[in-house]
Amino acid sequence: MSAFSVFLAVVRRDLLVALRRKSEVLTSLFFFVIVVSLFPLGIGPEMDLLRKIAPGVLWVAALLATMLSLNRLFANDHADGSLEQMALAPVPLGLLVGGKIFAHWLVSGLPLVLIAPVLGIQFDLGSRALGVLMLSLLLGTPLLSLIGAIGAALTLGVRGGGVLVSLLTLPLYVPALIFGAGAVEADISGMGAAGHLSLLGGLLALAVFFAPWATTGALKIALE
Amino acid sequence: MLTVSDLACVRGDRRLFAGLEFAIEARNWIHLTGENGVGKTSLMRMLVGLAPVEAGEIRWHGTPIRSLGDDYRRAVCYLGHHNALKEELTARENLCVGAAVSGIALGDDAADALLARVGLAGREQLPVRFLSQGQKRRVALARLLWSEAPLWVLDEPFVALDTAAVAWLAATLAAHLAEGGMAIVTSHQEVTIAGNTAQQLRLVRS
Repeated sequence: MSAFSVFLAVVRRDLLVALRRKSEVLTSLFFFVIVVSLFPLGIGPEMDLLRKIAPGVLWVAALLATMLSLNRLFANDHADGSLEQMALAPVPLGLLVGGKIFAHWLVSGLPLVLIAPVLGIQFDLGSRALGVLMLSLLLGTPLLSLIGAIGAALTLGVRGGGVLVSLLTLPLYVPALIFGAGAVEADISGMGAAGHLSLLGGLLALAVFFAPWATTGALKIALE
Repeated sequence: MLTVSDLACVRGDRRLFAGLEFAIEARNWIHLTGENGVGKTSLMRMLVGLAPVEAGEIRWHGTPIRSLGDDYRRAVCYLGHHNALKEELTARENLCVGAAVSGIALGDDAADALLARVGLAGREQLPVRFLSQGQKRRVALARLLWSEAPLWVLDEPFVALDTAAVAWLAATLAAHLAEGGMAIVTSHQEVTIAGNTAQQLRLVRS
């Protein structure tokens, strides 16, 4: 079997598990929807203010929603011994970890991208700004999954890992937040989002290369 | 051939064992025994390369295992305390996915045939969480049937198995050894494998 089909096997397995454990997947999506919807309700119909805070609110909510789903990334595999078997497989562990991160993004990142424009309407964002918002999340949410995987691997098997993973990864999410929310703000103020989006793309390229490697290192320590 | 020389294991600041030497040759198997907490599982995890080796050397056909990497992982089949099964997936899916992760393509029909051999015919489509402990162990043991690894490292494989399954596992081990394989098995009960006497290895507290 080629390396790619092993990668696909891991993605398929994690998607199947997520499909049969829908409540966990839906929790983080509903969290995103509810947190974002609370702001227009709390602030009232002040369109200028809402437009101004929209990028920040949507992006912060996306960070927190991703945070919620990070714990299940490796914890279950660690508890039932699947992670051990993955580490013993005659293929690079980084490839299998990459598959797990990709499946995590499909399950918890992609739905946020798809639902974001609907939520953006509550903040009176124009169609162009909604497009930029989707694009920034499309580049940003994989970045969140990749960075989060490092944190999830480092806190694996640690008591109170749930809080620790937030303390560890939220600071690392800052660049994604700045450039992601910045892209939408720049578009609204007419400066053009291209600069922010390319920086976000650059960060994503870096993370695709380095994050699976760092995650693998952390997992090997956790398995010792 | 697996050779272990002068192996030591340290957990925290406690030394579990030191100066351990043994070898497993083709068609031979080792029955590893010892009190609880003496380091049997730690030894097994060192043998498969999961745990780092504190002192000493583990060699596979003369080469240290840490310099072999994937080649050694291809030669070892490890079954630990955990069954490595996903509770949400069916027995068949678990088997196919487990094989795929190890780089072996296993079709649905082939997986069903293997499940029939471990006595789970008719349970292929059932999510594993509905199976009993013994049945889960059988699904985990089905890994031995598709594995092409010559060295089996089995940590308490007989736990939760009924007498029929114990006999099946002993026969499977006998067939594996007859084909030139080797195995190291921990078990607190007597294990008899037809036509093959075990080398007994007893770990004692140092």
